[in-house]
Amino acid sequence: MGSQGGWGQSKEFLDLVKSIGEARSKAEEDRIIVRELEYLKRRLADPDVPRRKMKELLLRLVYAEMLGHDASFGHIHAVKMTHDESLPLKRTGYLAVALFIDERHDLVILVVNTIQKDLRSDNYLVVCAALTAASRLIGEEAIPAVLPQVVDLLAHPKEAVRKKAVMALHRFYQRSPSSVSHLVSNFRKKLCDNDPGVMGATLCPLYDLVLEDPNAYKDLVVSFVNILKQVAERRLPTSYDYHQMPAPFIQIKLLKILAVLGSGDKQASGHMYTVLGDIFRKGDSASNIGNAILYECICCISCIFPNSKMLDAAAETTSKFLKSDSHNLKYMGIDALGRLIKINPDIAEEHQLAVIDCLEDPDDTLKRKTFELLYKMTKSTNIEVIVDRMIEYMISITDHHYKAEIASRCVELAEQFAPSNQWFIQTMNKVFEHAGDLVNIRVAHNLMRLIAEGFGEEDEGADSQLRSSAVDSYLRILGEPKLPSSFLQIICWVLGEYGTSDGKHPASYIIGKLCDVAEAHPTDDTVRGYAVSAILKIFAFEIAVGRKTAMLPEFQSLVDELSASHSTDLQQRAYEVQALLGLDKQAVGSVMPLDASCEDIEVDRNLSFLNSYVQQALENGAAPYIPESERSGAVSVGNYRVQDQHDTSAHALRFEAYELPKPSVPTATSQASVYLPTTDLVPVPEPSYYKEDHQIGRSQPSGSAPSGEFGAKLRLDGVQKKWGRESYTSSSTPSSSTSSQQAANGASNSDGGAPISSQARESSYGSKKQQATEVSAEKQRLAASLFGSAAKADRKAHAGRRATKESSSTEKVTAANAAPQPAKEQVVPAVPPPDLMDLGEPVPSSAPSADPFSQLDGLLGPASASPVVSATSAPSASNTPDLMSIFSDDTGTTSGSAEPAVGAQKGATAKKGHSLQDALQKDATARQVGVTPTGNNPNLFKDLLG
Amino acid sequence: MIQAVMVISTLGKPRLLKFYNFQDPEKHQELVRSIFQLLSARPEGVSNFVETDAIFGPGSKLVYNHLATLYFVFVFDSSENELAMLDLVQVFVETLNKCFKNVCELDIVFNFNKLHTVLDEMILGGQVIETSSEEIMRSVEEIARLEKQSSTTSLIPKSISQRFSR
Repeated sequence: MGSQGGWGQSKEFLDLVKSIGEARSKAEEDRIIVRELEYLKRRLADPDVPRRKMKELLLRLVYAEMLGHDASFGHIHAVKMTHDESLPLKRTGYLAVALFIDERHDLVILVVNTIQKDLRSDNYLVVCAALTAASRLIGEEAIPAVLPQVVDLLAHPKEAVRKKAVMALHRFYQRSPSSVSHLVSNFRKKLCDNDPGVMGATLCPLYDLVLEDPNAYKDLVVSFVNILKQVAERRLPTSYDYHQMPAPFIQIKLLKILAVLGSGDKQASGHMYTVLGDIFRKGDSASNIGNAILYECICCISCIFPNSKMLDAAAETTSKFLKSDSHNLKYMGIDALGRLIKINPDIAEEHQLAVIDCLEDPDDTLKRKTFELLYKMTKSTNIEVIVDRMIEYMISITDHHYKAEIASRCVELAEQFAPSNQWFIQTMNKVFEHAGDLVNIRVAHNLMRLIAEGFGEEDEGADSQLRSSAVDSYLRILGEPKLPSSFLQIICWVLGEYGTSDGKHPASYIIGKLCDVAEAHPTDDTVRGYAVSAILKIFAFEIAVGRKTAMLPEFQSLVDELSASHSTDLQQRAYEVQALLGLDKQAVGSVMPLDASCEDIEVDRNLSFLNSYVQQALENGAAPYIPESERSGAVSVGNYRVQDQHDTSAHALRFEAYELPKPSVPTATSQASVYLPTTDLVPVPEPSYYKEDHQIGRSQPSGSAPSGEFGAKLRLDGVQKKWGRESYTSSSTPSSSTSSQQAANGASNSDGGAPISSQARESSYGSKKQQATEVSAEKQRLAASLFGSAAKADRKAHAGRRATKESSSTEKVTAANAAPQPAKEQVVPAVPPPDLMDLGEPVPSSAPSADPFSQLDGLLGPASASPVVSATSAPSASNTPDLMSIFSDDTGTTSGSAEPAVGAQKGATAKKGHSLQDALQKDATARQVGVTPTGNNPNLFKDLLG
Repeated sequence: MIQAVMVISTLGKPRLLKFYNFQDPEKHQELVRSIFQLLSARPEGVSNFVETDAIFGPGSKLVYNHLATLYFVFVFDSSENELAMLDLVQVFVETLNKCFKNVCELDIVFNFNKLHTVLDEMILGGQVIETSSEEIMRSVEEIARLEKQSSTTSLIPKSISQRFSR
């Protein structure tokens, strides 16, 4: 403790530290520091305090801030102290300033001048302190003020100053490359500095520069190699030795630079092999730093143009790392292996057991690194084992960040390498069950799309098997408590879409389940929305095939509740269900076509079907619509912002008063011609108007906004702007369209979907069971499955067992299947008449035919379709932007297909619709089985439900 | 580059904080807390590396060394070698040991400005500039000597300083 005497700390500081150390609680500590800060505040402001004492006070302030208390009142004192003549005070001042503030702080401007002066000082310590502060405090604007001095200091006689000048320059380069780009050559020069320390420091900026543009520094390869060679041959003074290694940090930096320069460059790499080989040979794997150099060598070799001899040496060292007892070295070994397998995947095989050891290590860091390695080496042959492991680990950890990462990796791998659809769905279920809230919602949408589209394979049967196995698994999972919201959304969507399609589950059962979901999540509007829409779909399908489904009391109460919901979305959905229930078979079939989730919806964004209506209104003397951006009256905030954005280029602020609203006069149009392209000048009453508008509509809003003229010229920029700002539409579509991805269900035939799925499941279970029983062999087997080699005999046994498992499972399943078979046949009548299906077919690209609203209008009586009708009629009266969302919703639900944005629709959609042939075939099989396709069979349901 | 150097006591108290990327002072305590939680949860005899993507952004790692009652923590990004960083911690501790003759936590608490001096000789703007502990010692001693020289000239009479320290 005696050592602190020399540094001038007083008893007060000692006491402070002591009392903080003895504080029993955080509150007590806070009290002490608050008292201390009070004291410091008083004393720092006191002009009589001797300067030496000031230093101590400032250090105490730094201490208080380190403990997390606000000491901003003292920052100015730190700045003041940098002006001090005495070196210790100046240094303390710089230290405190550098700790307190950064280059964006207001006080920096007061320091820049001092730094400038101190850089010219005779005392090299003052210069060093100024350089240290400069590297911290000089921001982009202040760089020119100090740059000349710093450059001069590169030639300073003291190497400590040169070193720091190089680093300060580097820092400036990081802050603002453009302001020092003309000085980059200085770094090259400094590489030849006769002090090794300066040369070593120069490698830092050079590394950054090389990373940015390797080609500009190819000429230095030979120099770097030479330096490395000299360092490795111990040509540097022994003071640079560290643990008997010659200048290891310089070696590491050089190796990093060489790795970048040699990457993919055979010629440059050719220079390096000899020296790398030397380093490997001399490598000292006993000391930590020796291993650091070896590791860096491996990294270098894995980056540069491959050389088999070098790779062998690297692999050998890697295996030493992996076999080491030190966790640090194992970690480096795993990392090195990850690099090497990119060049030669076979290297991993040799180390499989070591890798598996690391996977089971209690060290979390090592485990994660190993998972990273596994992630890199995943292939279609080992995906199942790896993803299983990953999910197991994912369930066991609590760190959200890492959980999310590993979940997204599972998803990525599964999407890439999934061996079967069933496996994929099961895996995704697990991921969603345990980390559903952490996964990107996009993944959920992908899963839904995948289930809907199938895998693009030829036979429809496989897809429907996939679907029915998904439905089965979801019905099972629904029993679990606390499912994440995004997973529930998937479940609801799939149940709505395909819940009844295989006929195994009666509609009322599914509806009941969905009602439970909605009831269990009273606060999650999205899930409720999905649930209600799913129920709506099921009702629609039932009605479409002419079956009467009883209104469950819980559903009735749910609808009642939702129609009074605060969420307009839920309300709308509830009303839609009610409206739909009152429709006849034909109408329902076209509103909610079966299995149409993959069809494109043609959305008429310009609402051209309203043209005649608008035209008529105009002719009757109605005022023309003025886009919001051109309305002069109430300048809404949003409107102002839009205008603001576009105006900035012209003039930043508008100081003149707003013009008075002009009546709609034709003069405005002539004014407009100044600003706008000629195509814009559209005579109002002409019928061609809409067409032209349609063409230019997209580009209009941005072009017209800055014009800022308020004439009442009729120029409807993209007609949808009639009811709100354009941005609104685009922002509302994603949210509404995802939820309104409702679509009709394909009454897909389900012939034995279960056997395959359970086979896959059984086999994975089987392998697991075996692993559990034979613990000793487990590791080897895991290794075999991971690395796809070795333990062949073992695998055979494995396979044998699996075979027996499979056969038994299939037997079981076929037995189980016998019962539901008749139920399946009930579906047969569900195949709709082909003419209805035509509606669901992809709409030909000619736009006018796909007008969802007019279609709807024709189908629905005005009374039964109240929400829709109100939606169509309201716009003409009011301009509420909300209507846009209703609209996009409507288009989604009515035409009943996935959102148009779903990119990868592919040709797969084309074969989604059921052909007539299909239907006939099914009908025939139904007759063979001897089940009358009409009417419910209560016994069957008992079987299924029991 | 090196993003931060921290010395945290095993009770979770910060003893030295130095950030090379500016961090809002309000965030300092939060960072110290999360790092301390991370380190104190780690068992004995495991590796000295921890990935800290969640705390310091993607690609960041930390190397720590648990010595007596202190954690020495260096946070850095992917452009540094983990093992080399571990040795840098070692250099730092060795230098401190030379500075204080058997360094203990109290030395560090009372002389954190000296720690900063040492660190400034080793790392500048997040880059390692000196790795030889003798070199560092030499410059630190030089600074101390010169400071003493200049401070003797501005020494304030004892009577005055006593009056103020009361």
